[in-house]
Amino acid sequence: MSNDFALWVFLSRSPLLWLTVTLAAYVAADRVSQATGRHPLANPVLHSIWLIGAILWATSTPYGTYFEGAQFVHFLLGPATVSLAFPLYEHRKTVLKTLLPMLAALFVGSIVALGSVLLVGSLLGLPQDLLVAMAPKSVTAAVAMGIANTLGGDPALTAVMVALTGILGAIIVTPLFNLLKVTDWRARGFAVGLASHGIGTARAFQVHPLAGTFAGIAMGLNALLTAILVPLALGLLAR
Amino acid sequence: MIAALTTILLCQLAGEVLARGVGLPIPGPVLGLVLMLLVLGLRDRFRARLPDMLTGPQLETTGKTILAHLSLLFVPAGVGVVQRLDVFGAYATALAITLVVSTVAALIATLLTFKLVLRLTGDREVSQ
Repeated sequence: MSNDFALWVFLSRSPLLWLTVTLAAYVAADRVSQATGRHPLANPVLHSIWLIGAILWATSTPYGTYFEGAQFVHFLLGPATVSLAFPLYEHRKTVLKTLLPMLAALFVGSIVALGSVLLVGSLLGLPQDLLVAMAPKSVTAAVAMGIANTLGGDPALTAVMVALTGILGAIIVTPLFNLLKVTDWRARGFAVGLASHGIGTARAFQVHPLAGTFAGIAMGLNALLTAILVPLALGLLAR
Repeated sequence: MIAALTTILLCQLAGEVLARGVGLPIPGPVLGLVLMLLVLGLRDRFRARLPDMLTGPQLETTGKTILAHLSLLFVPAGVGVVQRLDVFGAYATALAITLVVSTVAALIATLLTFKLVLRLTGDREVSQ
């Protein structure tokens, strides 16, 4: 066995390599995003994902091996959800003043996000197991995977749907809302946090701190409501 | 820094224990968020009687550092797409249409409801 090969065998199995690759890919993608002035299409999550995917494919590394390194990053999704309390607490006065619009938008948005995916998906003939995996797509990853798990869906597939929905929303939101001529940062942030959870929230923080705060609140509230709504909606659909 | 991180993890841990122990349909980290709000409120109320370790800006700084890189945290789960290329290949068009239509619908519905109720309650725009 050559020395180079032995080194590769060691590295490819250690969490160190894949953790480093994850961070390096993100740093590169984030630099590009910065260089383009945070252009929506230069979304750092999107470009990190295909870059890492290509590396895994080129080295025929299984996803399980990759995840052993990347899990340290994935773990922080939980603490990040808890940390949403900080901007929320800091802006509590603004938030309390807009409690009514938030609650109304939460109910309408959550039902539309869930209802539209089930309606369009079943009209286009997607199988039931895919629909179950897609149902909680607008909710942050840790929570969505939990919902899919309790319903007998595939949590790994749900995680992918969640990431895709997040990237999609983060790319669409700025041009869409500029087109609709809506300039209120609270409304814009709340909508993207509800539809596109953490990736949308990250996008909102890039654009304006108040938008980011409202996105974070929407993400937290929608996680609560969707956890209750998804089992009800799928029950209706199965009838 | 370590005390701050411990506080954040403690909130999440308590949230998980509460969610699973009582069997609430609410996810653990979301309960952790609510608990952290309580911690912050109590801290500011009893600020004078607490040790410096708890009243410094470290808690906020640590939390905001994690939030500043929120999108990074979704990368490992997103890379999972490589495992599911068969599913995505088989239903590519239907999946793409469903995700785009549903995401746009959710964005617009939320935005318009928020704006409508804001106007009904006589609030002024915040767009600076």
